[in-house]
Amino acid sequence: MGFPLADIAPELHKIAGYIYPNEFELHWGLLIVLYPYLTGLVAGAFILASLERIFNVKVLQPVYRLSLLTALAFLIVAPSPLLAHLGHPERSFEMFLTPHTQSAMAMFGFVYAWYLMVILLLEIWFDYRKEFVVWSRERTGFKKFVYKILSLGTTDISEKALQFDEKVGRTITILGIPSAFLLHGYVGFIFGSVKANPWWSSVLMPIVFLFSAIVSGMAMVLLIYMIATMFREKTINMACINKLSELLLYAMIVDFSLEILDFIQRLYEAEESINILSQMISNRLFISLIISQIILGTLVPMASIIWARFGKVPDEMKRMLFFVAAILVQVGIFSTRWNVVVGGQLFSKSLRGLTVYKTELFGLEGLFMVMLLLALPFVILYVITRFLPPWSKSETQLSTP
Amino acid sequence: MKTEEAKTPRREFLETCGKALPAWVVFFATIKAGTLSAADETEVYDPKQHDYAMGIDIHKCIGCGRCVNACKIENKVPAEPYFFRTWVERYVIPAEGEAQVDSPNGGRDGFPEMKTDPDIRRAFFAPKLCNHCANPPCVQVCPVGATFSTQDGVVLVDETYCVGCRYCIQACPYGARYLHPEKKVADKCTFCYHRIRKGLLPACVEVCPTQARVFGEAGRQSSPLRRFLRFNDVTVLKPSLNTNPKVYYAGADREVR
Repeated sequence: MGFPLADIAPELHKIAGYIYPNEFELHWGLLIVLYPYLTGLVAGAFILASLERIFNVKVLQPVYRLSLLTALAFLIVAPSPLLAHLGHPERSFEMFLTPHTQSAMAMFGFVYAWYLMVILLLEIWFDYRKEFVVWSRERTGFKKFVYKILSLGTTDISEKALQFDEKVGRTITILGIPSAFLLHGYVGFIFGSVKANPWWSSVLMPIVFLFSAIVSGMAMVLLIYMIATMFREKTINMACINKLSELLLYAMIVDFSLEILDFIQRLYEAEESINILSQMISNRLFISLIISQIILGTLVPMASIIWARFGKVPDEMKRMLFFVAAILVQVGIFSTRWNVVVGGQLFSKSLRGLTVYKTELFGLEGLFMVMLLLALPFVILYVITRFLPPWSKSETQLSTP
Repeated sequence: MKTEEAKTPRREFLETCGKALPAWVVFFATIKAGTLSAADETEVYDPKQHDYAMGIDIHKCIGCGRCVNACKIENKVPAEPYFFRTWVERYVIPAEGEAQVDSPNGGRDGFPEMKTDPDIRRAFFAPKLCNHCANPPCVQVCPVGATFSTQDGVVLVDETYCVGCRYCIQACPYGARYLHPEKKVADKCTFCYHRIRKGLLPACVEVCPTQARVFGEAGRQSSPLRRFLRFNDVTVLKPSLNTNPKVYYAGADREVR
């Protein structure tokens, strides 16, 4: 709910230049930073899964199901920061009942529902259907009951039926790729279409969002795969993580190039806003943009992946480098979201001053809330994997009838 | 004696009215019956017949802040200095270097005197408010349609419908919106819609001692705004954004944005 007014007063001396009086309150805080971060992970993880399925990158098979479930876990949490941020969350359903069709935001509910219900859940269901049927026969007690429900009453696991599952699954994945693009490109459009804000208003915004989403999603799946494999005391499939980090590197190159292009374009055009934006970068965003996003979040992980992937490095070291790179990428992408959302509000639309954002610890917009919402997808993912083990079929003791 | 004399005409008047009562009854009955329905229709407010706008004459504004104060009182705008439906900015343009702009407490208490600097080229005040754009980005982005343009050309927020997502606040290029701290909905200038519907002036216009604010309708021959637009070179704020503001400024420096 913004920060309480009492908190504005001590910050006043930090305001540089002139800002409109209504701009003292910064409107979109940490929760709205979290929202594109979470949806980005969803889109990225899904696109990774699609690579295996559609483009037949068989080496990624160990992370196929994990990617899908990761996407699902993050998608379930994705709308909660938005909801918590609304002044009147009880009216949020109006977006479905009486959407204002011209609004870039109004379609969120529909895009979200389409993606969750039609794409993700269906794809997961068709992929697991055979297992659901088998497990509902073999397991006992509560789990049997759960699988019975999950199988939705289907029992046919004949060759023909499974072929049908495969066909439908493929079709959904084909639909899913543009949908994942839509989901996150759309989030970028929400920002990119605000002409009042020169920091946001850019035609590249949806594309930059999309590629940063792919980067974050791939790195997240890599992290989860490595950590999960470690706890399960299995061996990490080196071919898989080699390929995964290679793809991650390519996505990072595209993402970084797009961002640099955007930057050069702004600098070269040097529109009215250039002075205040340069001041903002050098004063307010230096740590989060230059240090955290570009150096730590992009250049260092790129270098470490290149070294690990193409240098002569033992496997142990490789895993370490990939792991560190994947963590740094998360830091970098979170900073990217921060720099877009908060950065876009740190300068006055009068283009005459800079304001400040103070992170609260407690409360709905506070740091703890954000930590909680960040941890929640992992808890959900853990619970899901208890029921829907995503590990590759050779690893699981699945007895076929 | 004097009081006795004074009473007589009044009594006479009341008596006459009493006698004329049947005539009045017949008159109103006829109107009710529809014989004079045309006269009845003129009473009904037709928003399509109006297109409100405002003119601001920078040369006339003395920065007294009475408009800000009147607005805060009339519209129950939160008293804190972070919420304004209208505010006044002071521009001080030195002979060399950047223009200095300030708006302490939105200009509500006037402006503290400045140290006189011989190098000041010129200084002036610029009242700001919602521009009631004909092409409003805030209306475009509202996900539920809680903020809308009325037929008489005013941009309003339905506070019973607003979800408080603040997208409109982000979309407004003029910083004219804020989130009401108690109601948790977007809030902004309404041109005192409750007043103008009754033919009254917005509170800020009403109290302006120098008539720096002119309210009216550009399309109406008798409107003072028409005269304002005819005799001044006017500009609008941030014209490049194509929002088509309906608050017109006369004498605004290029520094005003």
